Amino acid sequence: MAEEVTLSSHIQHHLTNAKMCTTDTGLAFNKACSDSGFWTWHIDTLAWSIGLGMLFLWTFRRAAKGATVGVPDKFQCFIEMVVEFVGDNVNKTFQGKSTLIAPLALTIFVWVFLMNLMDLIPVDFLPAFAGFVGETAFGMDSHDVYMKVVPTTDINLTAALALGVFLLMIFYSVKIKGLGGFVKELTLHPFNTKNKLAMVFLIPCNLLLETIALVAKPFSLALRLFGNLYAGELIFILIGAVGLMQLPLHFVWAVFHILVIVLQAFVFMMLTIVYLSMASSDNH
Amino acid sequence: MNLNATLIGELIAFVVFVWFCMKYVWPPLNDAIEARQKKIADGLAASDRAANDLELAQEKATAQLREAKSQAAEIIEAAKKRETQIVEEAAVKAQAEKEKILATGHTEIETERNRVKEELRKQFAILAVAGAEKILERSIDAATHSDILDKFVAEL
Repeated sequence: MAEEVTLSSHIQHHLTNAKMCTTDTGLAFNKACSDSGFWTWHIDTLAWSIGLGMLFLWTFRRAAKGATVGVPDKFQCFIEMVVEFVGDNVNKTFQGKSTLIAPLALTIFVWVFLMNLMDLIPVDFLPAFAGFVGETAFGMDSHDVYMKVVPTTDINLTAALALGVFLLMIFYSVKIKGLGGFVKELTLHPFNTKNKLAMVFLIPCNLLLETIALVAKPFSLALRLFGNLYAGELIFILIGAVGLMQLPLHFVWAVFHILVIVLQAFVFMMLTIVYLSMASSDNH
Repeated sequence: MNLNATLIGELIAFVVFVWFCMKYVWPPLNDAIEARQKKIADGLAASDRAANDLELAQEKATAQLREAKSQAAEIIEAAKKRETQIVEEAAVKAQAEKEKILATGHTEIETERNRVKEELRKQFAILAVAGAEKILERSIDAATHSDILDKFVAEL
């Protein structure tokens, strides 16, 4: 080991993503990328999230291919249960018709759930395995191999999801109400009078308030998921550092975390549906 | 917070996943679920209808049975009536026949008796003549006294 492992460096190691960037000398990894700015890729986040996303799509596609009107087998039943659960929530919450909302909600729910689920794998397993592989196969110092296995503890992923939802919100607002309607919604509420002169003063206030309200939505989406999972992961790491006592503590925290994992996936899905429903409904 | 290019990569992945889900995952699953729901609803409705039909059929069968019973009772009643009627008719006929036969018998007996009477009278005349002949054989000549004898016979 190049440096002594202290508790804080251990935690720091766990909370650092595996980075990749291009430098003048070609592809570079991890510490070499510390000042590469925006064009840095978190390859562990990308690999795990895309892998889990494909697992989700592969599983559900398999059920979709085998879907029959007749008696379904247990796998089929399970998948259909999830689909119906999401479909029910969409139907109850989303006003109006859209072929996009339900698949969007399903993707968010299952994908986020699977990524959160990575949190329940004991925190040292996969990073240690990655360190072992890096040391034996690539001759790297195992402490220089980073592996953050829970993609939802990376703000980039949650921000990407929130940004996607935000773009859809704007798209639906403009599509349903027209550009004029969207601008009116931002400027003529919540304060409105018949007095033209007063409106001149009120419109900037309205614009400020409504813009903040609009932008707060993706921020809350991204930060809620990130914050919950990051904090959960951090506590798992801390528990992992207290010796034998970690066993009962781990159990208790993991049981509690099962709730957090499902709840956060559900909340992200529900809020997405609610925001898009608000964006695509005319009455303010 | 260190936002970086990962954001763009994840955004693209997100869009692709949602697109794939919308295209190849959601519609077949949802269609299958809805088709099955419809099938089950149809099946339930059909079973309801069948139960209803069964009840109607049972009611109908009971009504028909009741009607058949009452018809059978009517038929039996009519047959009994007819029976007594036939018996009465037969009795009347037999009575008439009996009387007719009796009348014929009486007539025949009467005729026979008259004939026998005539016969007896004739026989008796012969016997009387024979007796008289026996008595008178010696005293009366048949030829000479034939007129008397004839008269006697005629009186018989």
